[in-house]
Amino acid sequence: MKQLLRFLKPYTKESILAPAFKLVEALLDLIVPLVISDIIKVGIKNGDKQYIIVRFVFLIVLAIVGLAFSITAQFFAARASVGFASSLRKNLFEHIQNLSFEKLDKIGTETLITRITSDVAQLQNGVNMVLRLLLRSPFIVFGAMIMAFTINVRAALIFVVSIPVLAAVVSAIMWITIPLYKKVQGHLDGVLLTTRENLTGVRVIRAFCKEEEEVKEFDAKNNAYTKMNLFVGRISALLNPATYILINLATCVLFMQAGNSIHTGSMEQGDLVALYNYMAQMIVELVKLASLIITINKALACGTRVSAVLKEEPGMSYPELSSKEETESDIAVRFSHVNFAYADAKEDALEDLDFTIRTGDTVGIIGGTGSGKTTLVNLIPRFYDATSGEIEVFGRNVKDYAKGELIEKIGIVPQKAVLFAGTIRDNLKWGNENATEEELRKALEISQSLEIVEKKEGKLDEIVEQGGKNFSGGQKQRLSIARALVKDPKILILDDSSSALDYATDLNLRRALKSLDGKMTTFIVSQRTSSIRSADLILVMDDGKIIGSGTHEELLESCEVYKEIHESQTSDEGESA
Amino acid sequence: MSTKKSPSVISKLLRFLGRYRLFLAVSLLLSAITVALQLLIPVLYGKCIDYAAGKGKVDFDSLQDTIFYILIFLAVCGVGTWVMGLVNNRLTYGIVKNIREKAIRKLQLLPLSYLDKKGVGDIVSRIIADTDQLSDGLLLGFTQLFSGVVTIVLTLVIMLWMNPWITLMVVVLTPISFFVSKFIATGTYKMFKLQSEIRGEQTAIVEEMVGGAGIVHAFGYEKRACERFVENNERLQAASEKAVFYSSLTNPSTRAVNGVIYACVALMGAYMILNGKLSVGGISLLLAYANQYMKPFTDISGVITELQNALSCAGRVFDLLEETEQSAEKESGLHNVDGRYDIEHVAFSYVKEKPLIEDFNLHIKEGTHVAIVGPTGCGKTTLINLLMRFYDVDEGAIYIDGTSIYDVSRRSLRSNFGMVLQETWIKNATVRENIAFGKPDAGTEEIIRAAKEAHSYGFIRRLPNGLDTVIDDSSLSQGQKQLLCISRVMLTLPPVLILDEATSSIDTRTEIKIQSAFEKMMAGRTTFIVAHRLSTIRSADVILVMKDGHIVEQGSHADLLEKGGLYATLYHSQFVKTGED
Repeated sequence: MKQLLRFLKPYTKESILAPAFKLVEALLDLIVPLVISDIIKVGIKNGDKQYIIVRFVFLIVLAIVGLAFSITAQFFAARASVGFASSLRKNLFEHIQNLSFEKLDKIGTETLITRITSDVAQLQNGVNMVLRLLLRSPFIVFGAMIMAFTINVRAALIFVVSIPVLAAVVSAIMWITIPLYKKVQGHLDGVLLTTRENLTGVRVIRAFCKEEEEVKEFDAKNNAYTKMNLFVGRISALLNPATYILINLATCVLFMQAGNSIHTGSMEQGDLVALYNYMAQMIVELVKLASLIITINKALACGTRVSAVLKEEPGMSYPELSSKEETESDIAVRFSHVNFAYADAKEDALEDLDFTIRTGDTVGIIGGTGSGKTTLVNLIPRFYDATSGEIEVFGRNVKDYAKGELIEKIGIVPQKAVLFAGTIRDNLKWGNENATEEELRKALEISQSLEIVEKKEGKLDEIVEQGGKNFSGGQKQRLSIARALVKDPKILILDDSSSALDYATDLNLRRALKSLDGKMTTFIVSQRTSSIRSADLILVMDDGKIIGSGTHEELLESCEVYKEIHESQTSDEGESA
Repeated sequence: MSTKKSPSVISKLLRFLGRYRLFLAVSLLLSAITVALQLLIPVLYGKCIDYAAGKGKVDFDSLQDTIFYILIFLAVCGVGTWVMGLVNNRLTYGIVKNIREKAIRKLQLLPLSYLDKKGVGDIVSRIIADTDQLSDGLLLGFTQLFSGVVTIVLTLVIMLWMNPWITLMVVVLTPISFFVSKFIATGTYKMFKLQSEIRGEQTAIVEEMVGGAGIVHAFGYEKRACERFVENNERLQAASEKAVFYSSLTNPSTRAVNGVIYACVALMGAYMILNGKLSVGGISLLLAYANQYMKPFTDISGVITELQNALSCAGRVFDLLEETEQSAEKESGLHNVDGRYDIEHVAFSYVKEKPLIEDFNLHIKEGTHVAIVGPTGCGKTTLINLLMRFYDVDEGAIYIDGTSIYDVSRRSLRSNFGMVLQETWIKNATVRENIAFGKPDAGTEEIIRAAKEAHSYGFIRRLPNGLDTVIDDSSLSQGQKQLLCISRVMLTLPPVLILDEATSSIDTRTEIKIQSAFEKMMAGRTTFIVAHRLSTIRSADVILVMKDGHIVEQGSHADLLEKGGLYATLYHSQFVKTGED
């Protein structure tokens, strides 16, 4: 929480002035009953009309001055809270951009999005409310009590007793209900989940004729939710009547007491009116305070979540400046006894990888689901650090590259193609901000996506919707290959990126890649032997280990698993050649 | 829209209320009683003040009597408020529960065309958020509106009775405060609109740049992403500051106007007392009323906006509940079919203007294996939709063993199918429950056998609690999910199989094993299989080649290759090697 306060620091002046002005306004509010009591005690008693008019003008002045103070307070509160949220959001966003893959995996991107959007918004609201109200309400409550003392000490004692009793009742009810509301939310999540499941799984549910069971399950969750709600509702329904009865009991006691005092002459009728008014002010503020506490509670929870994200270390360090000069190397990638385990995983995802790739070669990586293909290629651009062993790219340890320097050399096409809102051109220029029209066209041609662009009305300036919704899976895949090619990378990694392409397009793509000059080193991750059979080197992965390496022909001879995979995909021998 | 619809929505709601109409009536009655008591208690306090006029002039008997009445009123009012709270809870939660129960039952009967069209998000928000709005906004809003109106009317009556002139002044002056808040509201509307536009942009940036963090890293885009965010964030700060500040002016402004009215009441009241037309207790009461007279007005204006919103939500809920259901279930059943299929002159389209399948004919014997192939997005799933009766054909008919699938109940029809879809669906439950989905009474041994046959037992065994591990959609890899879905069908083994790219996410080695299991499963069973991999379906008896939703070719592997059409092209492209050799 303290960590978040530093974002409020630039607004120290505003954060002090806002509540200060609020307090002055509250003070003015507290004066009003005294003025009324003066009108009764002096003006009416003496029949002094001028006195009454002067007091009337005073009341108007109080209202106007109060408005001025209050507006000033709101202004400072708005500036401080919005400024706070704004710089918090900025820092949070930049922090997230610096988190390593490992950290991103750990926290989850969905969570991060919620933190930066709705949690920060809640915090802004919380800060705003705290600045405006947190001091005001207690000030009025205690101010009313002190004012009561100035009027009549014995009557004031009634205030002294009733304030803690009221506070105790309100906080007890809230103390019981707030955790219960969390449970209610949990039950609601259950109802939500079942509803979702019923829709996303509608085909399976109907295929298995499970409609009735699903309805039964939903009913159980729905009933539990309703029951919990009713239970909490019963308790929180006590809050209003309880405070109402308590405050009025105190008022009744006040009247009895005042009756005696007035009778003996130690108090006047006008004083009673003032005390009665203070009672009324007090209860209004107590109710406000209760709802304020709920807002603060929510904001605090959001604050804890946000600062947990801020506390995450970026997770990867880089040397300040590139350690060595650029060298041409014949060896593009070298893995020496590399082991890798994901955080919290019990077993290694990669075990003792040891291989060397020459510059300009095409490397095929094949193996089963979960055999570590993607993990392997993710180590090359240093998305993750190896647990042990060394990885060299162009003769230099990946850890010796300055931030951004390594990634510059590598073009990656991930398994799941993602496009961003903007135009096709914007997306392609991710690879290179200054790419010429010529370069874009060439990338499109190689990636077999020229026809996609040509078919679009806006050509390169065709709008891409968020998430690339207006493009099919295959189109997205081809465009994301183009995006990687625009970078003119020294190493190109295709991580199963042709899975949504039909065979003919896949073939044309590979032919086009092959036709490029021999400088680019290409990694092709695939499950199809047809996609990698012409590679210079094929690595066969199984359970995190390389169990075979060589060319297609060599592996057919030497690697049983590779042979098996190949045969399963071309079972009819006669036609496979 | 809402104004036109509202009467019908309200009458629908009233009808829907059913036995809860009594609750609503009780709630309204209690609200009237408590409001009246809450307004009368200050009147009694005013009297008390008058009974304590000054030194030696305190009427203790009347004071005590009045306080006694106050205590009684207080007790009734307190209990009334509490009971009203309980009744309102019952009313709103009960209605929500009922609507959700109805909705989930409705879901089971709605045609898939509706569900597919609307999408999951839309329907979920109708059942969850809109239903909440309906109960909170509409029912509670209505009771608040009612109590607000009662408060205003009673306050006016009591004030008039106390002093008509002061009342007149209050009634004339209060609109000022409305104008002020209305003025502020119209002014801030534009700022809020601007704020929410910029915030929308920001959410989009965050979703893309954080959601696509992988790509951002891979392209070293972090700096540019931050620049974009900061630019937007600065605009948001400027807009929010204005919106937050101006909107927070409403309260102080109306309070100030109130303060002025308060002062006027004090002035007029004091003069009246001097003229003997009012007592000190009277002025105290009028001041108290003047203070709270505004509250129901501001409450009501808030409630009315809420009500309008709630009405449109209610409209959406009722739209769902009233949506046309799929045609009624037929009585007769169809069990343990042989799997002989006659598809005759079938025509189908999702949208009337775009005919998809036209005059499709297929006659197959029991045990035939039909492969459906074609490029991506060619509409292969359409056929499954028709076979399973997720959708009904527009023309023609489908017969199994000579019986039209439209003459039997959907349940019995579907109980003959084992289906593995491309989009895997995992229930948030234990692995056991997931596998035994179609056969809840299956024993552990049986489940393990099915899991072993589908090759899912290997990873299941390694889960923390084995079969009893609770899983959800994100706890397994795509391949594992697919294996689990296959295990599900493996356990029930119905006479007809529908496999939709069932093995597309499973690595080739596992696929080999699965294929052997499939072969066992498929033996003697009519099977419709959709797949990308031509090799897996080459052994099919009949191949349907689809393109753009149409069935363009039909025949055996050899026939189609000879024909040299689309199938031949697709087939050859798989095995042509890159390069020259």
